[in-house]
Amino acid sequence: MEPKQTCLHDRHISLGASMSPFAGYDMPIEYAGLDAEHTSVRTVCGVFDVSHMGEVDIKRPDALRFVNHIFTNDAAALVDGQCAYGMMTREDGGTVDDLLVYRRSEHDFMLVINASNTEKDIAWILSQTKGFDVEVSDRCADFGQLAVQGPDSEGMMLDVLGIDCSGIEFYHFVTLPDLTIVSRTGYTGEDGFEIYAAPGKIVEMWDKLMAAGIAPCGLGCRDTLRFEAGLPLYGDELDDDITPIEAGLGMFVKLDKPGGFIGRDALAKQKVEGPRRKLVGLEIDSPATARHGFVVEDMDGAEVGYITTGYNSISVGKNIAMAFVDARYAPLGTQLQVRIRRRMAPAKVIKKRFYTPNYKK
Amino acid sequence: MEIYYLPSHEYIKVDDGGGYIGVSEYAAKQLGAVTYVDMPEVGDDLEAGEEFGAIESRKAASDLYSPVTGEVLEVNEELEDDPKLINNAPLEAWIVKVSIADTTELDELMDQEAYDEYLATL
Repeated sequence: MEPKQTCLHDRHISLGASMSPFAGYDMPIEYAGLDAEHTSVRTVCGVFDVSHMGEVDIKRPDALRFVNHIFTNDAAALVDGQCAYGMMTREDGGTVDDLLVYRRSEHDFMLVINASNTEKDIAWILSQTKGFDVEVSDRCADFGQLAVQGPDSEGMMLDVLGIDCSGIEFYHFVTLPDLTIVSRTGYTGEDGFEIYAAPGKIVEMWDKLMAAGIAPCGLGCRDTLRFEAGLPLYGDELDDDITPIEAGLGMFVKLDKPGGFIGRDALAKQKVEGPRRKLVGLEIDSPATARHGFVVEDMDGAEVGYITTGYNSISVGKNIAMAFVDARYAPLGTQLQVRIRRRMAPAKVIKKRFYTPNYKK
Repeated sequence: MEIYYLPSHEYIKVDDGGGYIGVSEYAAKQLGAVTYVDMPEVGDDLEAGEEFGAIESRKAASDLYSPVTGEVLEVNEELEDDPKLINNAPLEAWIVKVSIADTTELDELMDQEAYDEYLATL
């Protein structure tokens, strides 16, 4: 199947980006180079085309009750104009997707879901609506999305796009008169904003950002940035058969919220009993990088887990990784080893938030 | 020195004493900044078309394939301290020096002209 294109596809081509299929889209991986783009976001500002992300509206009288039924976090605790990160889980606690929920009002929510999961998610959401007076709308085609990320983002939003974001708090959003949505959110561990607008407006904003010299950033550094900040990527740290508790995302799972949610009982049981495997950070004492799928062993050579994501980290300056390991091996400081091709590399369990985020809270 | 290439972008530069294997300028550019080269050891046997190591960049690890059958005579230890030499001058920054057991294997490889034509098709 021919990959889909975002509204900015021709811009990426003319910038000379290296393109690659991702989640059904032909997406930019890097422009000037992953390292330079990564550093721009950490030190100044960069912009990502994330128009591949999916948007779903949930409306009508039962919208709040329904969102809370399918969402692990608590949408009732949000004020209008606030958003929250969390997961949708199945009855068995497996993760359908991780997502952002935007609350416009108790009758009107927007869900932002992973591009790789849009079809699955929408089918899942529709299959759960029985007994709820809600309207579920697929808005994926209506929105393009930009992520402006980095310490200078607030200034760039004002100077280049004329959008005053000084009043937008972390995990809050505004809807502009032209219906553009701007939230203080992101996936990099830096301050920044995500902008949802009609594709034509997204192209206009992109062109202004380019004219102002903001670095275009590809999915390559999007992954290194989120990884350093300890943020999960669906398909690596989360999946249909991985629970949020295993992935260390318990703070986004509100087991005690009124009315519960799909998967609540399974996750509560797992939390009490303790998960059999846990997501950990690993510091790897080797110049070689441990990558997704590489086997983690204990010091006796028994297989105890696998790497989910690993990089020679730009901001940390070492080879580090996230891995699922048997819970017995999860305590900080545990010595393990990773098979990297023909050799074994020593590894030590460390906190998986390798880089301390600079959010503006 | 004559130079020959594999479709997977390894080169071998041949002189009297054997061949120097590295990766082409095209490959070095595609990889981006090289972070590590996983090299075999002196004395290891390589087989034509078989994997003998890997080259890593931020983005990914790529296996290295040997253009010829032979024995590793030398590894380029400079790459241990400075793997980016491969980005700076890929044709100088050879990875291993090997003996060439059977020079007719070179006939199976692309010469510079054939490799340039091949690159134009990518």
